[in-house]
Amino acid sequence: MSDLAFLDRVDLASVMEHPHRRAALDAFRTAGFPNRRDEAWHFTDLKARMRDFDWTPPGDQAALMLPDLSLPCAVLRDGVWDAASSRPAPFMSRLVRNEVLPAGANSLVALNVALGQDGVDIALRDAEVGGTVMVVAQARANAQPITPRYRVVLGAGASLTLIEVAQGSGAYVHDPVWDITLGTGARLEHYRLQDDSVQSVHVATVFVTMAEGAHYNGFTLATGASLARSEFHVALTGAHGDVQLNAAQLLTGRQHGDVTTVIAHRAPHCSSRQTVKSVIDGMARGVFQGRIEVDRIAQKTDGYQMNQALLLSPDAEIDSKPELEIFADDVKCSHGATIGALDPEQIFYLRSRGIDEAQGRAMLIRAFLTEALEPIGESVARPIFEAAIDEWWRRAAL
Amino acid sequence: MAAITETRETIDRLAESGYQYGFETAIDMDFAPKGLNEDIVRLISAKKQEPEWLLEWRLKAYRAWLTMADPAWARIMHPRIDYQDLHYYAAPRAPAPKSLDEVDPALLEMYEKLGIPLNERASLAGVAVDAVFDSVSVATTFRDSLAQVGVIFCSISEAVREHPELVRKYLGSVVPAGDNYYAALNSAVFSDGSFVYIPKGVRCPMELSTYFRINARNTGQFERTLIIAEAGASVSYLEGCTAPMRDENQLHAAVVELVAHDEASIKYSTVQNWYPGDADGKGGIYNFVTKRGACRGAKSKISWTQVETGSAITWKYPSCILQGEGSSGSFYSVALTNHRQQADTGTKMIHLAPNTTSTIVSKGISAGHSNNTYRGLVRIMPKARNARNFTQCDSLLIGDQCGAHTVPYIECRNQSAKVEHEATTSKIADDQLFYCRSRGLSEEDSVGLLVNGFCREVLKELPMEFAVEAQKLLAVSLEGSVG
Amino acid sequence: MLEIKNLTASIEDKTILNGIDLVVPDGEIHAIMGPNGAGKSTLSYVLSGREGYEVTGGSVLFNGQDLLAMEPEARAAAGVFLAFQYPIELPGVGNANFIRTAVNAVRKARGEAEMDTVAFLKEARAAIKRLSMPEDMLKRNVNVGFSGGEKKRNEILQMALLQPSLALLDETDSGLDIDALRIVADGVNAARGPNFSALVITHYQRLLDHIVPDRVHVLAGGRIVRSGGPDLALELEAHGYAGLEAA
Repeated sequence: MSDLAFLDRVDLASVMEHPHRRAALDAFRTAGFPNRRDEAWHFTDLKARMRDFDWTPPGDQAALMLPDLSLPCAVLRDGVWDAASSRPAPFMSRLVRNEVLPAGANSLVALNVALGQDGVDIALRDAEVGGTVMVVAQARANAQPITPRYRVVLGAGASLTLIEVAQGSGAYVHDPVWDITLGTGARLEHYRLQDDSVQSVHVATVFVTMAEGAHYNGFTLATGASLARSEFHVALTGAHGDVQLNAAQLLTGRQHGDVTTVIAHRAPHCSSRQTVKSVIDGMARGVFQGRIEVDRIAQKTDGYQMNQALLLSPDAEIDSKPELEIFADDVKCSHGATIGALDPEQIFYLRSRGIDEAQGRAMLIRAFLTEALEPIGESVARPIFEAAIDEWWRRAAL
Repeated sequence: MAAITETRETIDRLAESGYQYGFETAIDMDFAPKGLNEDIVRLISAKKQEPEWLLEWRLKAYRAWLTMADPAWARIMHPRIDYQDLHYYAAPRAPAPKSLDEVDPALLEMYEKLGIPLNERASLAGVAVDAVFDSVSVATTFRDSLAQVGVIFCSISEAVREHPELVRKYLGSVVPAGDNYYAALNSAVFSDGSFVYIPKGVRCPMELSTYFRINARNTGQFERTLIIAEAGASVSYLEGCTAPMRDENQLHAAVVELVAHDEASIKYSTVQNWYPGDADGKGGIYNFVTKRGACRGAKSKISWTQVETGSAITWKYPSCILQGEGSSGSFYSVALTNHRQQADTGTKMIHLAPNTTSTIVSKGISAGHSNNTYRGLVRIMPKARNARNFTQCDSLLIGDQCGAHTVPYIECRNQSAKVEHEATTSKIADDQLFYCRSRGLSEEDSVGLLVNGFCREVLKELPMEFAVEAQKLLAVSLEGSVG
Repeated sequence: MLEIKNLTASIEDKTILNGIDLVVPDGEIHAIMGPNGAGKSTLSYVLSGREGYEVTGGSVLFNGQDLLAMEPEARAAAGVFLAFQYPIELPGVGNANFIRTAVNAVRKARGEAEMDTVAFLKEARAAIKRLSMPEDMLKRNVNVGFSGGEKKRNEILQMALLQPSLALLDETDSGLDIDALRIVADGVNAARGPNFSALVITHYQRLLDHIVPDRVHVLAGGRIVRSGGPDLALELEAHGYAGLEAA
């Protein structure tokens, strides 16, 4: 079946009314879902997955529980603002969609622009201290893609901790797009939990543009979806910007997980730090692609990227492509990748202390996962991230 | 005396003696008209008096080539190549400089710095000495002494005649005729190249060497090299490349195939300093080469070492297929680009069998307006239990108008495998430079010294004579990049 | 009691242990000395059951049990403790959690009740105080970011809490300054008693100034070439190992 057959079910009348959305739909139709022939999708064939995707129409479905963290929050259900459940902070509101498809954006962003739906608008004034807020996107089986948009604008010197949770049940396609703009010296902590249903497809695109001295700390924990991809495009456009972009993906069964990042150093004296960890069990396949781009003017760039993968079963697979693309000479850039099973030396050390192999393995895997959570420190959100790890752990039956 | 020096002297002697040992086809100076079609393929095969099966093989490759497109994934840019505007078999002699006086002094200066003997320089510069090296292998001098231990070292044309069973068995067995665009082209029209066969248990008593040359105008070069090491055999093969300065871009699409059986070992070293074009990117060689080794036998070893300083464009990924249990592959590379040069080079290590190991050490140096890309694949297949790979890619930038890129692909499908990859990009540290200069070295010499230090791990893999030449070459190639 | 009879072992077909005979009665501390490459570390790894070492002959009885037939964790449960020459780092694994898990695994194997966190921490803190170690040692990840001396002290801390009946100390003195050496020695001396024995493997005599052995054995070329009282260590310190291989 064609991967685009679902469009027949979508009410395109409203799309056709808006020139931007119509143009985006055309772009999506022309390109289709990305596939292996596209170098950026070398390891993730979304088109093939979408050909046999089960677009189940919504039926009677159990209500989903909201994470209870007593935080200001915006809730989207199936891509629609849920006023009853949302308790937004003053700087959060329902987003009015009317964005233009950015040049060069991939077909998933085009699909997001074309189909519209609701979104969340978060705008902090200069020097505003936003504290901690949460955005929850819940979804249930759906015959159409869920395409919310998030716009986050932090004024100069503003700060915010943003916790994002995606969760759901049944088969659906979740295609969120984030536009994040950080003003001079603004600070955003962005902790993401991707716990979408294991029948779903999750393809998120996050754009971050940072002005001088801005700080972005992104952490993604991905445990859900049958096929998941989190794609980040971070542009450091002012000097002395600092980005940390960390992720951990836990995969089991036949899950396919992909973390793709592009960090563009377009100004001098910026630093980027990245650690991406994958734990892969069963017949799952993990992908990490990371590119650091350094423009000619981005002298004194300090870029570092680390990719660690732990393969827990004979059928697990990891594909990794850490790239450096450098046009400035006075830079310090490095990446590293380590792939393998648990270290036999460590297992022997544990056994020599009386801990048997199964328990020793479990300890080491948990340790690897605990370390993965380091970027979020003692955040109030930590319990929900730990709960997602526990849930994955039960599913993987390790 | 080392084989490489001897080879050079042999070339000199051949040059002086009017090339009396040349192959008849070369003496006759046959040439085909420009362009490529089935008739040209048939002509080449007929001129070489090839058996029917080889003609069929060439034609099959040609037909495959017609259906293929040139690869677009590498980070290289060049105008479309008009394959119908090239000669595919020898060439009419281009009006060559009459004497060294007519040769660009900059080129002569470079030869002098490399320590190339005077008469050698003339031939390198394309001066009309009576030796023709185009498309014909000359490194067959030591055949007699090698024959005593059963080693076969001859041109591939001769091997087709004298050892057809070996050629038929192995030709295209590592790089199939339709493997990629350039390999298919080579398979259809390959001119000549080396053939090496080391029998069971024999350690080749000397290092084997071939100097390739490209002299004539608009001559595509399509060498084909095949090296087979039987069980327990070992050989070290050196390939040096020098081309004269020419304005037109010249295409070079070679194929090298290596086969190592049980516990055999093949070491293949290359120093490539073909004409890189001038400072503005005019001229220079397009070097689109497919090199691949198959470690067929248990505990076999294949090692690629390359120092790439020449060519306008280098597109080259010497690779290892690790099929034999416990086999190992290594790739040591220095790629230096200056001015407008482009290099997209690296390796593929395909681990198919248990306990296979691979090592990749790549040093890229970019200067001027050049772009230098490391592109490598490490693939661990499900059966490759306990496979190990270690990769180290370091890039050095000299000046702020060049680019250094690292594109590794790592695919791991066995949990007991261990894959480690490290890459760094940096410039020559100011304090290192200052330290050298405060000891009296010029800035240029300091950079040369530090670049050589940066490349140490790779250079030490080269046979001694090559290492010395490579060091000089690095320094010479960097001239004009500092200050 | 540890009884080693004509033990031979190899790594990748290379014979390292060449017929070791050694008896360590309960309550005694024996030192194994010898030049580099004599097989000292191999002996400790073979006794603790590390993979990659093939026992090609001989036997090892520990309190009458066939030690070589046991898994590494079973040996630990039986009371064997190896202080590693190069303790392994376990990123992400908290030291307290690690030691408590080990203590409880061993107690469980011995049919004893598990220790709860409060009781364990009380005991661990007491041990840390006794061994003059920094309090935060329990909070850090196992050996990660530890100095050489801290790693060795952490081994002794584990020994104190696991209460083995046989300790194998593999070059525990290497890389220690004099204060750390004293702390380590105090830890071993504190464990001394009728139900504790130890094999102290060392290249140098200086550790034996602090842990005075009952017997000293010289290991060379994969076998014990001389045995004697504590004075033997002094003699070796004065004259070196030269000539011993031939003995």
